[in-house]
Amino acid sequence: MDFQYTPEQEALRKEFDDFFREEMKSAPPELESSMESLFEIDHCWEFHKQLGKKLAARGWIAMAWPKEYGGRDAPLIDQFIFNEVRGYHRAQGTDPIGVGMLAPTLLVTANDEQKKEHLPPMARAERDWCQLWSEPNAGSDLACLTTRAVRKGDEYIVNGQKIWTSGAHRADWGMMLARTNPEEKRSRGLSFFLVDMKTPGITVNPLHSMARGHMFNEVFLDDVRVPARNRVGEENQGWMASQMTSNFERSMIDLFSKAKRDLEDLVQFCKETKWNGKPLADDPVIRTKLAQLAIDIEAGFAFSHSVVWNQITGGLMTAAPLACGAKFMATELTQRLTYEACEIMGMYGQVAGSKWAPFRGKYINYYQVVMGLNMGGGTSEIMRNLVCSLALGLPRSW
Amino acid sequence: MNLDLTEEQEMLRTMARDFLTKECPKALVRELEDDPKGYSPELWSKMAELGWMGLVIPEEYGGQGMDFLDLIILLQEMGRNILPGPFFSTVVLGALPIAFEGSDEQKKEYLPKLADGELIMTMALTEPNARYDATGVSTKATAQGDNFIIDGTKLFVENAHVADYMICAVRTNERAAPEEGVTLLIVDAKSPGIRVEVVPTIADDKLCEVEFSNVAVPKGNVLGEVDKGWPVVAKIMQYAAVAKCGEMVGGAEAALDMTVTYVKERVQYNRPIGSFQAVQHFCANMWNSVGASRNLLYHAAWKLTEGIPADLDIAVAKGWINESYNFVTERAVQCHGAIGLTRDHDIGLYYRRAKAAEVAFGDGAYQREVVASQIGL
Repeated sequence: MDFQYTPEQEALRKEFDDFFREEMKSAPPELESSMESLFEIDHCWEFHKQLGKKLAARGWIAMAWPKEYGGRDAPLIDQFIFNEVRGYHRAQGTDPIGVGMLAPTLLVTANDEQKKEHLPPMARAERDWCQLWSEPNAGSDLACLTTRAVRKGDEYIVNGQKIWTSGAHRADWGMMLARTNPEEKRSRGLSFFLVDMKTPGITVNPLHSMARGHMFNEVFLDDVRVPARNRVGEENQGWMASQMTSNFERSMIDLFSKAKRDLEDLVQFCKETKWNGKPLADDPVIRTKLAQLAIDIEAGFAFSHSVVWNQITGGLMTAAPLACGAKFMATELTQRLTYEACEIMGMYGQVAGSKWAPFRGKYINYYQVVMGLNMGGGTSEIMRNLVCSLALGLPRSW
Repeated sequence: MNLDLTEEQEMLRTMARDFLTKECPKALVRELEDDPKGYSPELWSKMAELGWMGLVIPEEYGGQGMDFLDLIILLQEMGRNILPGPFFSTVVLGALPIAFEGSDEQKKEYLPKLADGELIMTMALTEPNARYDATGVSTKATAQGDNFIIDGTKLFVENAHVADYMICAVRTNERAAPEEGVTLLIVDAKSPGIRVEVVPTIADDKLCEVEFSNVAVPKGNVLGEVDKGWPVVAKIMQYAAVAKCGEMVGGAEAALDMTVTYVKERVQYNRPIGSFQAVQHFCANMWNSVGASRNLLYHAAWKLTEGIPADLDIAVAKGWINESYNFVTERAVQCHGAIGLTRDHDIGLYYRRAKAAEVAFGDGAYQREVVASQIGL
């Protein structure tokens, strides 16, 4: 057993760390003060795009891909280290939907033409993607979605509505699941499409969070013409293709690493801030809260390492239940950290802006939005169900 | 990075699990809870024959010369099987301090006998003030001729009632700072003036009150140096905390396995209760908690084995696993329903031990304060 990284891996970590440390010096302060500012504020989005181009120039966007599509065939551990460092520096730069989810599907399921058309622009950070999956009546039970795609010659005519589409207002393209066989009411009638978001008939409406932020959207599709060549995989085989989107480094190390950084800031805040004449850091209740968060974060790191190790030794699908476990562990930890931060700030734990707002109001924004992490990408409840069916052999409960 | 056990470690685990499943069934565990000695001499001999007491004792002193991580593998299986008896106190609180700090004579005198299972040992550290820091040591030892004379009371001393020797932390200098006036003495448990009484505890784990009244201990029995015993105690506390975590993770794994098996079999409303989402979510939470525990344990144990400073890692591991073992066993009892509350059912054995293990070598509050100071508060 050996928990150390090789000298080469440590050198890679340093390279990532030096890069992000330098680049994030010029990050707009609003980027960190809200979970939604990346998508909502133009100069935050612009910073993210520029950062993406710099990552692309270094070949860091598509590290794990085959070289013929702009990748480096890098091992999973390199991606893990990259995600850990990126998370610590609270940087984005990479497109979570395109690079994170669509690319693994394309690499396995797409034809050569589709791979050549879509992968290189992703690797160059030139194209952003959104996920046109959830519908008003199809969230956790995605397979019952009803957006309809009807084949007409070389096209599909698409009608329907999608919801909770993060960043649809910024995206260039969308990956979409739609029903091509109306006789089948569940997953067997679905096909997987790549949709140009500039196609006529697509309307994107913002959905504002309770914090007034804009990340989510509803997307209406009215007679949208999607070329048949943009269908990935066979007709009615879309559900299988969609399962491939989970074939990536899913240890959640970036979220645990971000939490570590956030905790460092909280510790500093508590050392500098006095209440009743004494530093908050001297208060035993606050010390307990912060220490427990530190313990929980280290537990998360430990769990993440077991995820990536199982991904490396057993394959991505074998490690799937661990990835599910990591998901709800990380998002619920982030939620807990947010709540503790607000509680530590006492009356200031409600101040969203102005000179009186600690952390520029960050945790007040997070307080209103963070539960979304427990919902997106598979709810915490579904993740727990999957742990039970995949790892513990319990009967399906849904 | 390589998070797999070696082939030898896997063999040790398999062999230990098979042996303990056969030789230490739950019926024996229950019997020994009520037994005055609290351990089976026959089982103790068999374990000695397997070389378990000498696992981490150097070969030159009759041991197997394996490392701390290997001991953790063994302790996990002991925790899984809830092995009663003085293995932990003898090996972790007796053999390790002597191996680390003993003089050549002391090592030659005690380690071979410890390796052979001839001696039972423990450490008498904590007192009625229930502190794990140096200020908690108030039992006095006064120099008198060739001896130290000990007066005071120790509490929560594991297996003192069957120990041959106790390594006793005593205060030999009251003018110095607390950490600078503690000495470790190897005390013959049969010395005149020692009174031992087993205290009833939740885990029936034979924690004892030990009263010292004018007990004479030869000065040659100082372990290490006079007044310089606290750093040894602090070091052993860390090893003991991680070793206890080994037992706790094994116990939590067993409780989880038992629970999953039970919820698959128990039928209500014409379906296994393991098909209900509420029950499944308990199991998923328990599984996550145990997974993190296991990796925190191995990380801390690996660092100790490699000699890498691990103050934060040890406090994190014990802090997390304290809560995890309690949480897992509490949920396990809940999943079992009323039968989980009975003395006859095995799950209660783990639930009670979780509480005992939590407060050994630093409870949650203690570990959180260590973490707080480590993160800069």
